[in-house]
Amino acid sequence: MTRKLSLAVAAGILLLGTAASAETLKIGLADDPDVLDPDQSRTFVGRIVYTALCDKLVDIDTDLNFVPQLATKWDWSDGGKTLTMTLRKGATFHDGTAFDAEAVKYNIERSKTLPESRRKSEVKSIETVEVVDPLTVRFKLAAPDATLMATLSDRAGMMVSPKAAEEMGAGLGAKLVCSGPFKFVERVQQDRIVLEKFAEHWNAKNFHFDQVIYRTIPDSTVRLANLQAGDLDMLERLSPPDIATVKGDSKLAIVDVVGLGYQGITINVGNGERSKTPLGQDPRVRKALELSIDRNALNQVVFDGAHLPGNQFVSPQSQFYAKSVPMPGRDVAKAKALLKEAGLEKFEFEMQFPNSPDGTRTAQVIQAMAAEAGIDIKLRATEFATMLKEQSAGNYQATQVGWSGRVDPDGNIHTFMTCKGGINDSKHCNPEVDKLLDAARQTNSLEERKNLYASAMELLDQARPIIYLWHPKWIWALRSNLKGYVAYPDAMIRLEGMRKAS
Amino acid sequence: MLAYFLRRLMAVVPTVVLVSMFVFALQQMLPGDPALALAGEERDPESIAYIREKYHLNEPIWIQYGYWIGKVLQGDLGISLRTNIPVTELLAQKLPVTIQLALMAIAIALLIGVPMGVLSALKRGTPLDWFANVTALSGLSIPNFWLGILLILLVSVQLGWLPASGYESPFDDLAQNLKTMIMPAFVLGTSIAATMMRHTRSAMLEVLKSDYVRTARAKGVRERGVIMRHAFRNALIPVVTIGTLQLGELLAGAVLTEQVFTIPGFGKQIVDAVFNRDYAVVQGVVLCSSVAFIGLNLAADMAYFVLNPRIRV
Repeated sequence: MTRKLSLAVAAGILLLGTAASAETLKIGLADDPDVLDPDQSRTFVGRIVYTALCDKLVDIDTDLNFVPQLATKWDWSDGGKTLTMTLRKGATFHDGTAFDAEAVKYNIERSKTLPESRRKSEVKSIETVEVVDPLTVRFKLAAPDATLMATLSDRAGMMVSPKAAEEMGAGLGAKLVCSGPFKFVERVQQDRIVLEKFAEHWNAKNFHFDQVIYRTIPDSTVRLANLQAGDLDMLERLSPPDIATVKGDSKLAIVDVVGLGYQGITINVGNGERSKTPLGQDPRVRKALELSIDRNALNQVVFDGAHLPGNQFVSPQSQFYAKSVPMPGRDVAKAKALLKEAGLEKFEFEMQFPNSPDGTRTAQVIQAMAAEAGIDIKLRATEFATMLKEQSAGNYQATQVGWSGRVDPDGNIHTFMTCKGGINDSKHCNPEVDKLLDAARQTNSLEERKNLYASAMELLDQARPIIYLWHPKWIWALRSNLKGYVAYPDAMIRLEGMRKAS
Repeated sequence: MLAYFLRRLMAVVPTVVLVSMFVFALQQMLPGDPALALAGEERDPESIAYIREKYHLNEPIWIQYGYWIGKVLQGDLGISLRTNIPVTELLAQKLPVTIQLALMAIAIALLIGVPMGVLSALKRGTPLDWFANVTALSGLSIPNFWLGILLILLVSVQLGWLPASGYESPFDDLAQNLKTMIMPAFVLGTSIAATMMRHTRSAMLEVLKSDYVRTARAKGVRERGVIMRHAFRNALIPVVTIGTLQLGELLAGAVLTEQVFTIPGFGKQIVDAVFNRDYAVVQGVVLCSSVAFIGLNLAADMAYFVLNPRIRV
């Protein structure tokens, strides 16, 4: 009895101790976020910080289904042209303003009209937002938009305090006021962003840290050294060559997931004079290039097998992956035969690639593989901002480049592959593909969308303006005492349920 | 001395104007489009058009320069295109960090480099001289980023003595500030110490051979007095030159060291700004560091004046 009692007292003291000591979580980011205003920002790491700072109307689960966050229920009506959302009762912004339907209306209008807004095209389909009652809001659309839910699960769906936004205008980013589980404390450019727990959050009991500090450490070796030294609790984007080090250290752990993006070779097939090469003009030559590449070997050699090879705009794990377009294996003989058919024994083209260590190794491996099929690739390492400019201006023949990926498959293909797509740098244009991709935007039926994307993929596989090569995995390294971290394909760090074991 | 000072000062203004024009022009020659770089992965045409309009990117370069210099004269360096933070505020955040790192590095360099140089000149040809030379050569040859990473792995990861990186303001926590700054300052300081040691050594050797040192010795001045009062003071001139040049370079930002130790100073700022084509920030940082550099040169000229009376003539 005495023993039991002393055990209980000891446990009690331990619990009290845990409750009393302020718990801080330190996360290492690979880049410095840009302006912290969901309407203005554009960086990936910025979204990681928002995940703690700003609640969204809806969130996703690990299978990319939409789940409630600030909206608890939603219904489509009027043939996909009206979306009615029931809002969460009792949610408040960090400045004490209540979250309600008026706030949602304000936020969507801000995304549409703030001159600095980078969300305008995302919320274009919303014509009006009606406040039905304080906890019900109705979005009226010009035409059905299947991508809207995904949009509302990202920055356009993040709700900022109307009061703060009104007072600070475009300067809101200096001290962002949202309604998420953590609130903004301070930011030192290129060094850190500090958040503290928002005790009035509707789900506060499931967040176990008093403070979260995001530290910007661009060098992956240094980021890892900080984790090893205990100066960080977790880091994002572990470099694949460091995986073995982390696995060999009992104090560290690895979590990974296949992301939503892809990497591949974008080919100039119709963007100005430089598209007028055998590679740009003849699909057989592009097919020969694809057949010369061994995706698995590339993944092994450059990334120690860390990523997932693929041949479509979504990964083979996605429900939108078209089974009718399987990933081809390497076939040098067939590649040579195709070149011959196209009237070429040998030919050369120039490929630009980002001037990073991984970018260089990838380009060199592709170059070596293609050479065996008689394709001579001239490599041009290019700084990233310059590469994008050359690409959109049509001053390129091929680029090894990728896309970070979006929750809705539309975000991975429509803007790249429709004739007037905003990032259609290859300038591939097939009205049939446009028709299919537009139709996939306008229906909410999953089966119908799968079929439409499969049909589009079959057409694109004939033309190959982009040769998709692999889907990067997101890799996090954690101190092993950090428990409860769940990896999501969108790579956002959701802090719910995470805690440190003593 | 006042006339000398004023004459030097007069030369500063056109230098600063020329530097600002040069930086502006160089930036325009950078490939890549700032509007495209800033619009993000989606490259929304509306955003691109808005950025072009807002930052006058459609105007000819001299008009853009006119907008910029007009505001600079009113103390407004513009705002960062990437973060919307005023450039003056960014400079106010970074400048103290960079100054502290630079001063600590120079102090370490002086403490190591000058005594080593003097000793190795005095003990020329002995094992001590040989040792000092080898150390200096290693200091010059080891790249900063490599030494930095090795130190982090040893001191922070293996031994756990110091934090691996980061920065704490000395006003918030002085001890923590020193803990985070000592390693980067050491890395920077040792490479400068090597240069200083070499220069101090050769200047000392030169001076020790000169007539007035021989005269001093002949007069019966004790060796200690000869070295400290006669030789060392004159040998200091190259040290002052190297010291100020190096300090000036450090104020422009120690790019690699700041990256490795994630010290939020000028170096990190300018690299990020160039990659993001954040013109206002690049211009602000370069203007600020060139003013600092020119100011330091002025200070060095004044120091020669004090150290070497012949300049006064």
